[in-house]
Amino acid sequence: MSDPIHANPAGATPGNGTSRRSFLRTSAVLTTGLAALAASLAPLRELSDFTSAEKFFQKYYKELTPAEMAAVLKRIEREVEKQYGIRPHVRDLKPMDGVEFVYAHNLTRCIGCRKCVHACVAENNQSRNPEIQYIRVLRLPHGSLDMEKAEHNYAPEQVPEKGYFYMPVQCQQCKNPPCVKVCPVHATWQEADGITVIDYDWCIGCRYCEAACPYWARRFNFAKPSIPKDKINPDMAYLGNRPRRQGVMEKCHFCIQRTRVGRYPACLEVCPTGARKFGNILDPNSEVSHILRTKRVFIQLKEELGTSPRFFYYFDV
Amino acid sequence: MRRAIRNYLVFLWRCARVAFVGDWRYYAWMGLLTIFCLLGLNAYAKQFVHGLITTGMSDEVSWGVYIANFTFLVGVAAAAVMMVIPVYIYNNEELHDLVIFGELLAVAAILMCLAFVTVDLGRPDRFWHLIPGIGEFNFPASMLSWDVIVLNGYLLLNVHICGYLLYCRYRNRKPAKWFYIPFVFIAIVWAVSIHTVTAFLYVGLGGRPFWNSAIVGPRFLASAFTAGPALIILALQIIRGVTRYHISDKALLTLRSIVQVSMLINVFLLANEVFKEFYSGNLHVISSKYLYVGLHGHHALVPWIWTAITFNLIAMILLVLPVTRSLRWLNLTCVLCIVGIWIEKGMGLVIPGFIPTPLGEMVEYSPSLNETLICFGIWSFGLLCYTIFLRMSVPILQGTLSKANEGQPELEMAGPEFSPARPS
Repeated sequence: MSDPIHANPAGATPGNGTSRRSFLRTSAVLTTGLAALAASLAPLRELSDFTSAEKFFQKYYKELTPAEMAAVLKRIEREVEKQYGIRPHVRDLKPMDGVEFVYAHNLTRCIGCRKCVHACVAENNQSRNPEIQYIRVLRLPHGSLDMEKAEHNYAPEQVPEKGYFYMPVQCQQCKNPPCVKVCPVHATWQEADGITVIDYDWCIGCRYCEAACPYWARRFNFAKPSIPKDKINPDMAYLGNRPRRQGVMEKCHFCIQRTRVGRYPACLEVCPTGARKFGNILDPNSEVSHILRTKRVFIQLKEELGTSPRFFYYFDV
Repeated sequence: MRRAIRNYLVFLWRCARVAFVGDWRYYAWMGLLTIFCLLGLNAYAKQFVHGLITTGMSDEVSWGVYIANFTFLVGVAAAAVMMVIPVYIYNNEELHDLVIFGELLAVAAILMCLAFVTVDLGRPDRFWHLIPGIGEFNFPASMLSWDVIVLNGYLLLNVHICGYLLYCRYRNRKPAKWFYIPFVFIAIVWAVSIHTVTAFLYVGLGGRPFWNSAIVGPRFLASAFTAGPALIILALQIIRGVTRYHISDKALLTLRSIVQVSMLINVFLLANEVFKEFYSGNLHVISSKYLYVGLHGHHALVPWIWTAITFNLIAMILLVLPVTRSLRWLNLTCVLCIVGIWIEKGMGLVIPGFIPTPLGEMVEYSPSLNETLICFGIWSFGLLCYTIFLRMSVPILQGTLSKANEGQPELEMAGPEFSPARPS
């Protein structure tokens, strides 16, 4: 390849012909380059869920004034209505005074039917495709709590099966949550009633919390969530079950939209055996207080990690 | 003041012009890298639209090759310091000018690191939440917030040191010691910190026994100080090959002894870890079992890790033998070191931490095509940056690009400097 540069003796003024040629060459290179750049960025034309300036600059949950929060809630209602054709009721529910929620699960009664898993999906507006589930039920052989022996994909004709017991695992609402510690932007934190929540509009999607969680309780929206229009639960909370966007984390929040107004979580209501118990540990007369006071053995999963879960497993005998 | 600014702008403009001048090999190389960059950009545009579903990652294995490459490249960046220490602490003159090439490599490596972290984010549009003062910064609790600070700080330090020294050389002035020596010493400590903090990202997770081990930090440093100088040796050999810039054999051999000692320490630490995991035989060995021998019929990483170990061992043996005093053997050894450590530190460290999941489920990971293209794109982008940095700095260090010859067209420089075949 002959290079016109070499044809130029040092210090000589380039002739007109050379400069026109080099101009033509430069513009040809520039045009090709820009065309290639445009072509490589072409997939961006499919971007449907474009972030508006309003959403881009939305403030952190804890910095929103009540007026700003009211406006944000209205905006979310509008957006949900536009996307799913149903007007939801979105609230920003605060923790109640003197309440600390605790879950207790009776391993003797659980039959591993997974009704809780599906009730949770329906209640909390999880994506159906790909399906996101907050609860994972483990089937363990009698006598062992070794997770390596757990079967996740058991599918017998009928449950329960002989020789096994079942252990549903969901967010353990730790008193000392590793996920909260590692989040670089404070997008997840523990509320006064013990529930660890996520600001879906603040999460940057780094998934560090997912790596940190010892209970595999956190889920990431790898794709844009898709929920059939007739499956939307319109009773929503800002820190709870409002629809999420692509690229953010979510997880069990003890059904904030229910429990902060005095109802039970969906997984508890659907349980056919009464294996699930939920309530306020600060109230000495509550069912969970009674269970934790009277049961001789209860288990906090991976207690040695010092996470101190608010989710207790116990036995009837 | 205005003249100083004008001079500086002219300097930048001339550097930028030089980046577009070279012989056919230069254009072919840059063209190739540009094509890969654009392919990567195209793949990233797809990921940006459709989400991380386009990767091989899942809730089970939630970090993949992006974070693996990130981890490796932090090490490469940190290793620049291994050239700085001999020069500024032990006054090794052989390496003096070469320090700049090492630091420029650090700059390119950090740029790649930042790119790899960005493509790993689910919501890159919210990056501003990470900016201290504007967003919400979980400092000092989150190791990731430490990483943001140390990586960007290291980038600034190196840009300052290289930029200042090169500009002084361009102006043919003696650099003012107070304006760069303190930063050099800060950068030495800082280099150790970037890799330590990156190790702590993993070490700090109590729920992942594979990472939750005190030896991970020292191993990170040992492997970084092997792979980084090895990469610098190769870069210097290429500079020797394609430019007239004089690099002495002695300088390369000094770097060889650094690689040699680091590789010995690296292999020793690896042996320590393997012993502890397998001899004690508690339940936490499960991820290591998956990595080294496979578990319940899953063994995607087994061939990889044994390739890495074989490469590292061969490299270690070659390094202690006198044969690597011959530069051709040294090149081969450096390639073995780099590939071995890339596997061991990348895929070999990040992926097994997720397998099995904390609930005992076995889900394997392999990167998707789109994900791989993005990785190639970022590597090409880094090499493109490094080539441009070298293209600017070599003539400055040689004195062919200086204030003295301002006003002469840059273009002649393509001639003598890029044709080693031509007699001088």
